[in-house]
Amino acid sequence: MRIRRPRISLSAFVWLVLAAAYFLIPLVATLLFSIRSIKTNACCSAAAYGFVFHNGDFWHTLRVSGVLALETIVISLLLFVPTVYWVHLKVPRLRPLIGFLALIPFVVPPIVMVVGLLKVYKNAPSWFYDRPNGILAAAYVILAFPYMFFALDAGFRAIDVHTLTEASQSLGANWLTTLARVILPNIRAAALAGSFLALAIVMGEFTIANLAQFHTFPIFLQNVNETQPYGAAALTLISFGITWGAMLSLLFIGRSRGRQPQIAGAR
Amino acid sequence: MWLPTLPFFAYTLLFLFLPAGSVIIGAFKNTHGAWTISNVTNLSHEPYLQAYKESIEVSGVTALAGGAIGLLVAYAMIREHTPRWIRSVITTFSGVAANFGGIPLAFAWIATLGTLGIVTTFLRNQLHFELTNHFQLFTKTGVEVVYLYFQIPLMILVIAPALDGLKREWREASSNLGASSFQYWRYVGVPVLMPSMLGALILLFGNAFAAYATAYALTSGTVPLVPLLIGAYYQGNVLDNPHLAQAMAFGMFAVLALMMLLYIPLQRRAARWAK
Repeated sequence: MRIRRPRISLSAFVWLVLAAAYFLIPLVATLLFSIRSIKTNACCSAAAYGFVFHNGDFWHTLRVSGVLALETIVISLLLFVPTVYWVHLKVPRLRPLIGFLALIPFVVPPIVMVVGLLKVYKNAPSWFYDRPNGILAAAYVILAFPYMFFALDAGFRAIDVHTLTEASQSLGANWLTTLARVILPNIRAAALAGSFLALAIVMGEFTIANLAQFHTFPIFLQNVNETQPYGAAALTLISFGITWGAMLSLLFIGRSRGRQPQIAGAR
Repeated sequence: MWLPTLPFFAYTLLFLFLPAGSVIIGAFKNTHGAWTISNVTNLSHEPYLQAYKESIEVSGVTALAGGAIGLLVAYAMIREHTPRWIRSVITTFSGVAANFGGIPLAFAWIATLGTLGIVTTFLRNQLHFELTNHFQLFTKTGVEVVYLYFQIPLMILVIAPALDGLKREWREASSNLGASSFQYWRYVGVPVLMPSMLGALILLFGNAFAAYATAYALTSGTVPLVPLLIGAYYQGNVLDNPHLAQAMAFGMFAVLALMMLLYIPLQRRAARWAK
């Protein structure tokens, strides 16, 4: 029997190289842009990064967005973990309905959502309407719906909810203990996966923050973009790095289950 | 029995249905609060009609091009002799790129193909080719080129599982029966993939149709897409009739809902081959 070393086919090779060029050139260009000297336009200088790291607004907006992301993650977990758990345990016939509701944010674009939110909550108390941690977090939880639901749903499908619950309760645990100490550790990977997707969404979301006039990280990026191109290049790379961080974390969690990173966030 | 799911339904009602519903109702009211259809009928006049045309064109073109290119790349990475690591790299990168949109994406392209971009200046100085005479990022073509940066990865992520579903046995069986490669694709591959491909195209269409930030940062309004028009209404204090903006939002909602109605049965058919 002849042994032939498998060779990648020519057409596959050509397509992969073209795709690599299309996807990598903008990143390399942004990197080159970011290390140009602000004064002389020549290579190489870390001035753009210095500008970013010494900018108070950078740290401030990064914090605002970070806290927002955390808040979004906590609210969506509190909302979805008990719901999906209960649905898997007791009312499986509600599952299609909840899955359908979780998909609706795909049909309602952020631009439509923000128009509606601003209109409905115009007269809400100012701790809700005027603070990013109020109305903006509420909106981001909705944006995270599809990712949270499908991550958790897959997680719950992979474990035996009934047996775990019965075992925990026959040992005398109440519902809260069961949920927090038995179920949660078993769906940790799924919960983390949903959380990292939510993080990536919140750190990049522009539409709602812009129209609701909150000063988040992407808004800061846009402001710098208009005045300071090299600083904007540095920020773009930082932003890309945050998305990479979230997705790589997702991959490491998902590796044991062989799951794929999920789709589509801030536009 | 369903009581513990109440918080979820309450949240959905408060922050999804109430806002969406108020936009839909607002689209059919006039400034005095009376019912009217004139806002919605206004959408058939300029500049609104043009905005819908442009939005649908950009979404359609990037869905088709992104879908075709994404399919080819996904197929290239899945093929038998392509090293396994390429697939992991592409899948991970697609996860990042599909989530990498908005302002940073627009800026990465401005640094590449903008007037002072790296590629533009390289072509200008080294090859004496003035790219900006032929191509500008703030035009419709420019927006389409940039949108592909998230459309292609989305297609790869969505279609890869469907391509995995093409069992090697089918290919072997068809070639044992004397079918050519073309016949295999014509009678087996494409028909099996069709529902998934159509479903993916619809997803891509909706993805581009809803996009706002990327176009906002790229064009500052030179390409009149529907989301940009709505945004301009809310930012520029030109709100003499907020109900018109709501009618435009309603129009977007209607287009996307129509897409979703097409998507669900296709998804159901696609699931048939997944087992």
